[in-house]
Amino acid sequence: MVTPAWYMLLAAALFVIGLAGVLTRRNALIMFMSIELMLNAVNLTFIAAGTAVGSLAGQVSVFFVLVVAAAEVVVGLGIVVAVYRRRHTADIDTLSEMQG
Amino acid sequence: MSELVIFVLMGIGAVAGGLTLILAKNPVYSALGMLGTLFSLAVLYVSQLAHFVAAVQVVVYAGAIMTLFLFVIMLVGVDKSEDTSETIRGQRTAALGVVAGAVLLAGYLWLSGVFTWTIAGAGTDPVNGTVEATGTLLFSEWVLPFEVTSLLLIIASVGAVGLALFRPRKGGE
Repeated sequence: MVTPAWYMLLAAALFVIGLAGVLTRRNALIMFMSIELMLNAVNLTFIAAGTAVGSLAGQVSVFFVLVVAAAEVVVGLGIVVAVYRRRHTADIDTLSEMQG
Repeated sequence: MSELVIFVLMGIGAVAGGLTLILAKNPVYSALGMLGTLFSLAVLYVSQLAHFVAAVQVVVYAGAIMTLFLFVIMLVGVDKSEDTSETIRGQRTAALGVVAGAVLLAGYLWLSGVFTWTIAGAGTDPVNGTVEATGTLLFSEWVLPFEVTSLLLIIASVGAVGLALFRPRKGGE
């Protein structure tokens, strides 16, 4: 029998992988996909917890996370393409003008 | 028993996809790893009777969002190799420390048994996330948040169009 704790552990593993991706990679697109991975890990916890406590609200919450993620991707990829048109790179280290 | 088999197989698939995402040199491989993770998670959702969410996961995430990602990866260029030198000294080590800390924390919580819930009454039906059940809840109890998401989507679309309208001036930055 798979208990909710197993799903929590899998979600934690996926979240940590996404965190490592955001912290170590330099390519804006891969950082972006790592953030999506973290959102998916949270979705898994929502579903597992909802099933565990016998409520459908967890699945509805996942629906909202999905909508927010979709909106975020639209704007984020728009920014990446806009930056690429000016700088011809997706490397975030080149975008350092605004640092103090 | 079958749930355990599905969980182990799809869990391995999800973690392998995630590792491919952050370790692959080529961004296209990263996107494909992400796709594998998304499909594995969709199967896990089905095994927990979240049918509607699983379908949305495949259609919206694996279908729309990852297609958008692949499109932008192709546009931005896959051949440019990433500069892997450390700009901030010790940043790689610090990141590893953060990750190790998170793993230790998860292990501690696991061992201390925080993750055990009292499962909803033994006799009740399991939560079944059909389209009908999810939709009923979405359009009754959650109708205000649902309407607010439409506002969010409009703002996002307008923002994306606005970003696309900016043209770099001729002759440089």
